[in-house]
Amino acid sequence: MANRIKIKKGLDIPLLGKPEQVYRGHIISEYIKVFPDDFHGVTPKLLVKLGDLVKAGNALFHSKNNPEVLFASPVSGEIVEIVRGEKRKILYVSIKADNEISYENFGVKKPSSLSANEVKQSILNAGIWCLIKQRPYDVIARQEIAPRDIFVTGFDTAPLAPSYDFILKDREADLQTGFDALAKLTDGSVYLSISSNTQNPGLRDAKNVVITEFEGPHPAGNVGVQINNIQPVNKGEIVWTLNALDVAIIGKLFNEGLVDLTRTVALTGSEVKQTGYYKMLVGTELSPIFQDNVTEGINLRYISGNPLTGYLTSESGSLRAYNSQVTVIPEGDEVNEAFGWASLSPKRYSAGCTYLHRKKNYRLDARILGGPRTIVVSNEYDKVFPLDIFPEQLIKATLKFNIEKMEKLGIYEVSPEDFALCEFVDTSKLELQKIIRAGLDMLRKEME
Amino acid sequence: MSLRNYLDKIKPKFKEGGKYHWLHSTFDAFEAFLYVPNTTSKSGVHIHDASDTKRTMSVVILALMPALLFGMYNVGYQHFLSIGESASIWLTFLYGFLSILPQIVVSYVVGLGIEFIFAQFRKEEVAEGFLVTGILIPMIMPVDTPLWMIALATAFSVIFAKEVFGGTGYNILNVALVARAFLFFAYPSKMTGDQVFVRTGGTFGLGNPEMVNGVAQTVDGFSGATPLGQISVSDVSSFSDFTFTNILGEPLSKLDMFLGLIPGSVGEVSTLAILIGAIILIATKVGSWKTILSVFLGGLFAIVLVNLFSQNAVMEMTPDYHFLLGGFAFGAVFMATDPVTSARTEKGKWIYGFLIGVMAITIRIFNPGYPEGMMLAILFMNTFAPLIDYYVVDANVKHRMKRSAVKNK
Repeated sequence: MANRIKIKKGLDIPLLGKPEQVYRGHIISEYIKVFPDDFHGVTPKLLVKLGDLVKAGNALFHSKNNPEVLFASPVSGEIVEIVRGEKRKILYVSIKADNEISYENFGVKKPSSLSANEVKQSILNAGIWCLIKQRPYDVIARQEIAPRDIFVTGFDTAPLAPSYDFILKDREADLQTGFDALAKLTDGSVYLSISSNTQNPGLRDAKNVVITEFEGPHPAGNVGVQINNIQPVNKGEIVWTLNALDVAIIGKLFNEGLVDLTRTVALTGSEVKQTGYYKMLVGTELSPIFQDNVTEGINLRYISGNPLTGYLTSESGSLRAYNSQVTVIPEGDEVNEAFGWASLSPKRYSAGCTYLHRKKNYRLDARILGGPRTIVVSNEYDKVFPLDIFPEQLIKATLKFNIEKMEKLGIYEVSPEDFALCEFVDTSKLELQKIIRAGLDMLRKEME
Repeated sequence: MSLRNYLDKIKPKFKEGGKYHWLHSTFDAFEAFLYVPNTTSKSGVHIHDASDTKRTMSVVILALMPALLFGMYNVGYQHFLSIGESASIWLTFLYGFLSILPQIVVSYVVGLGIEFIFAQFRKEEVAEGFLVTGILIPMIMPVDTPLWMIALATAFSVIFAKEVFGGTGYNILNVALVARAFLFFAYPSKMTGDQVFVRTGGTFGLGNPEMVNGVAQTVDGFSGATPLGQISVSDVSSFSDFTFTNILGEPLSKLDMFLGLIPGSVGEVSTLAILIGAIILIATKVGSWKTILSVFLGGLFAIVLVNLFSQNAVMEMTPDYHFLLGGFAFGAVFMATDPVTSARTEKGKWIYGFLIGVMAITIRIFNPGYPEGMMLAILFMNTFAPLIDYYVVDANVKHRMKRSAVKNK
């Protein structure tokens, strides 16, 4: 019988545009773009140059400080563009896709019959080590230190998030192999967290893992929240984190010997005429799914990811490495709302009680709805932060970069996404995720 | 031309390089008051909650309205009672409204003026904190406070209790109470006693009393002392022998006290109006019910203790009178709940509120010079709120370190 944990704090933001559980098609684009920025903390060193031919799974670049960590190309084809920005920083690598994708063969293997090191090397060589992240610091896991435990989240509770059950349909074999591989990489346990609504047998009946069932609002699906409720990270410990969708990709590597970075992506948002799921590779150009499918006549905001943590992209943007969701909402920069502070309008949504609550879904745009202020209202963050940590005090310590205080208050356990809901409800409109990200980066630099 | 178009037309003058760029904080403040800024998010979350400080402060001001309006009516009521005239409800209210309005105007002009200057100097947006403080200041001053005193107290408080610390969100002490305390310590004779809580003079030509040698003539037996002031100077040995009287010497009923037909500052007199305000604050979750409840619990605890060991009428006074009279209820609902100066942790709020209640009763009973203890109690606990929070957070820190020690054995 799985352990059951009820998350009481949090918020499910009622937005319009939930994805209909219908598979709409396979999107294939001529160009696939890979953005090194998706991999936070990594300085890329290119392994390819213009004109090179690659197969799906071949390394495009490696991490400058960690040459063993390779980054795979999602597709086979020719490197046609390497776009750089300021100080020659690589913005993206563009690959002209072959009509038929050819995969690098890494060999079919069974993780249970390999040693830990062999499992690790297989994943590193295939260029998909980036799917494994770690706490503290929320960066790609350092492969040379074995983690205390590995945590996998089997569901996503973010606003308009896709259903993992739907995406992972019939993927039991890959999931199990993935879990077997992970189990080799730690002397501790592999914890799989599922929702009380999860029905996919690949998740519910997974072996070699400790299953915990979570119930409650967002951010119950955040792996950081799960870790804090199951077995928190202490100073000096390292844990690795993944989501179940990526575990299946790792599993497929061992089961079929190839790197298949195809994601089933949910198209969501109030401005989408027909929502649904599309299969596409990481880096696919998104314009086909937007064509004739989004509201016309107003400025729109295109997000690769969910409205709380996603990347700002554009109509001609690409699917970013870690996302299985694309959201389109109104931009709102043309809206002129008079006396908003006195408004009784049913269009305004607030998690607090200064606006009337209505049982409906809202069409929220990208306006900040206020200017930045000092923190005034108390207990606001705590209501949506189900970790055994004082969020306001941690934010204040991080702003001052008081390392000792940050450590004492639990900085090693958190990642920016855990603060996304706090940033949403914040009356003072502070950029909390940015503050935590900067704090974690500076701390990592200090400590390592 | 529509207002929006007009604002868009003059906006460039306030931007970088424009003629009035040095005034841009002021322009931004007025523009944001009229229209929700349509700046969109550039980093972090793409969507935002509609709650902002303007909304929060607006709710507090709304919650203060019943107390303010009734307090104004009471100023008129006490006035006409004192000069022995009768007046219609409207005239009574109008008199009170026109008496208090200049104080409100002075408070806002001085306070907001200083805040706008500091905000522009720091090149920041003007924060909304003073919108509430500005209306609180006249509500806690004696009714007949001269305007120059209000201006001086507001200026002192905004500069030294708020801006020098960094502005809204950085202050340790409640700004309105510091203004009150400033006058209390600088001009004590004008702040207490029986001369200052009832306005006997005329207001803008209304309610003019008979004047003899520049002194307004009141009816025989007039005493402007507040009920708490009465009992503190009385030498009656037992509370059961004591009667609270109105300004004419007639006995006051508990209903009078609950409704607010008693002498006192505008905000504190009507317990009913304060109760309505409390319901608004708690329902909108803008005011913490924990703080409000714990202030009353602390007060109750102290009163019961004092009742057990009572040696005079004041010490025998029962909780119901303590809560109906003076600034206890007003302070509990509107001052103690100020989020910036109160404890910020939920556990801390219980301790903070409880100690305010205990302190207020203690000062009331044992301080011979001043019958009201709420102001000093809140200011005192304001300085201790960070300490209370420190220990609450420290418990979490210790628990984390213990967990780490157990694991790493």
